Amino acid sequence: MSILIQIAYLISSILFIVGIKKLGKTKSAREGNIYSAVGMLLAIAATLVTLDILSFVEIFVCILIGGAIGLYVSQKVEMTKIPEMVALFNGFGGLASFAVALSDYFLKTQSVDTYPDSVNAISIMVSVLIGGVTFTGSMIAYLKLDGKISGSPITFKGQHPLNLILLIGFVVAGVLTYINPGDPIFMIALIVISLLLGVLTVMPIGGADMPVVISLLNSYSGMAACATGFILNNNVLIVAGSLVGASGIILTQIMCKAMNRSLTNVLLGGFGQTVAGPAADGPQIIVKEIGVEETAMLFESASSVLVVPGYGMAVAQAQHVIRELMEQCEKRNIDFKFAIHPVAGRMPGHMNVLLAEANISYDKLIEMESINDEFPNTDLVFVVGANDVVNPAARTNPESPIYGMPILNADKAKTVIVCKRSMGKGYAGIENELFGYPNCLMLFGDAKQTITKVVGELKEM
Amino acid sequence: MNADSLIILIYILVLASYLGFELITKVPPTLHTPLMSGSNAISGITIVGALIASNEMGYGTLSKWLGMLALILATINVVGGYMVTDRMLKMFKKK
Repeated sequence: MSILIQIAYLISSILFIVGIKKLGKTKSAREGNIYSAVGMLLAIAATLVTLDILSFVEIFVCILIGGAIGLYVSQKVEMTKIPEMVALFNGFGGLASFAVALSDYFLKTQSVDTYPDSVNAISIMVSVLIGGVTFTGSMIAYLKLDGKISGSPITFKGQHPLNLILLIGFVVAGVLTYINPGDPIFMIALIVISLLLGVLTVMPIGGADMPVVISLLNSYSGMAACATGFILNNNVLIVAGSLVGASGIILTQIMCKAMNRSLTNVLLGGFGQTVAGPAADGPQIIVKEIGVEETAMLFESASSVLVVPGYGMAVAQAQHVIRELMEQCEKRNIDFKFAIHPVAGRMPGHMNVLLAEANISYDKLIEMESINDEFPNTDLVFVVGANDVVNPAARTNPESPIYGMPILNADKAKTVIVCKRSMGKGYAGIENELFGYPNCLMLFGDAKQTITKVVGELKEM
Repeated sequence: MNADSLIILIYILVLASYLGFELITKVPPTLHTPLMSGSNAISGITIVGALIASNEMGYGTLSKWLGMLALILATINVVGGYMVTDRMLKMFKKK
């Protein structure tokens, strides 16, 4: 490969790194994304130059089809559906690496002189395994997020032993492929096992754990690209793949920490099934209801308001009326901010995107560590569509399944209003003792409709 | 592949992963969703491999078809990933 192409790949690697660095600051994030896109364009251009293209038409048609689909999806997707889109794209990335690995395998096994050497063969197998798991795993995650299949964990007896047997089977088939690369039967076994493993590992994971799963699959899609880099002896694939791999792992860790669960615990699955029993024994929680007018009056008399949004807010599409509520409060010089829990929403940072779409300035969105000390000095906390992330049982009740999970200290505010459709439980399936606290008031109803009424009251005051 | 070039590739892997960890730990939670869709686009770098794989003469081989499939998928990732990230980042405004 000519030195110029290598230099082009080096420059694209640098552009990816600088792009991610810039993505770390809100001000320069958009620019960072453009840097990384330019890096990609350069890598593609450099590759096209080296190929002295033999099959221009096919390449052109494939890029056109892929580009059109990508463009269409990226412009049409609703912000509430970003997690589904990311899951789907993770799967595409995995499948692409999987297909490149197989393509290389079938090409090299056409004649004995070109049989893959040991590094090559192992890289192909790793890429098939990670790529295949990423593909089918992401498809299941997508179907769960989109509600096309039940989000509840699907478990069966002997699940973990079965996964172990499949993994051992993969190693055995891998060794056989290594010994006898010309026989595609073992490669087919590897393909089937890796696709099966993806399905089996994501099926038992509950819908509420999807933030962890998509982060992890994101990381896998990077690792698959990285393995493909080893097959093709290509540096830029390894650099870009490891950046994505690292990014996904960090997000996975953050999500696990925010739920106080270990990654193993999430992956073994079944969370939320076993906790139904003890919850019934607890004392009956007696709640105080509040109406729309009184809520408006409480807003009127407060001098500081913190909103705790949850995925329920997004489901009710209430983010735009919350902005109106914010405008009414700011007119009255009430300090109005949002407290964002790391697992609010369906993927890392999802709530921020939804609120940004509603035209709420990002400096109003405060993360948990920075805002938790402010709750005791806050007049009014307004919880919209969130539940477990404000449950004080996480701090006080060692029996609770969410004990130890970091929460927003909403209960410490002077008054808490919880806007909720009904007394339904959060995903952990447990009672929220906050609702029975003397400083807590319940505002029942659809978030969008109720808050619209509150805003109407405030406008008249 | 000989041992020397393998070692170089492993060096690249280790250093790039370490750099990735350092850079991404500093990304604030506000930007985690765009970070994810943006890194989604970066994982579309497999497009380089897909281009190489689909550049074969004739439609007879399985390799070529797999390469073309990979090329379509990787292009979706690249174009869709960068565009949707840009669309999101455009919305992050400070008043």
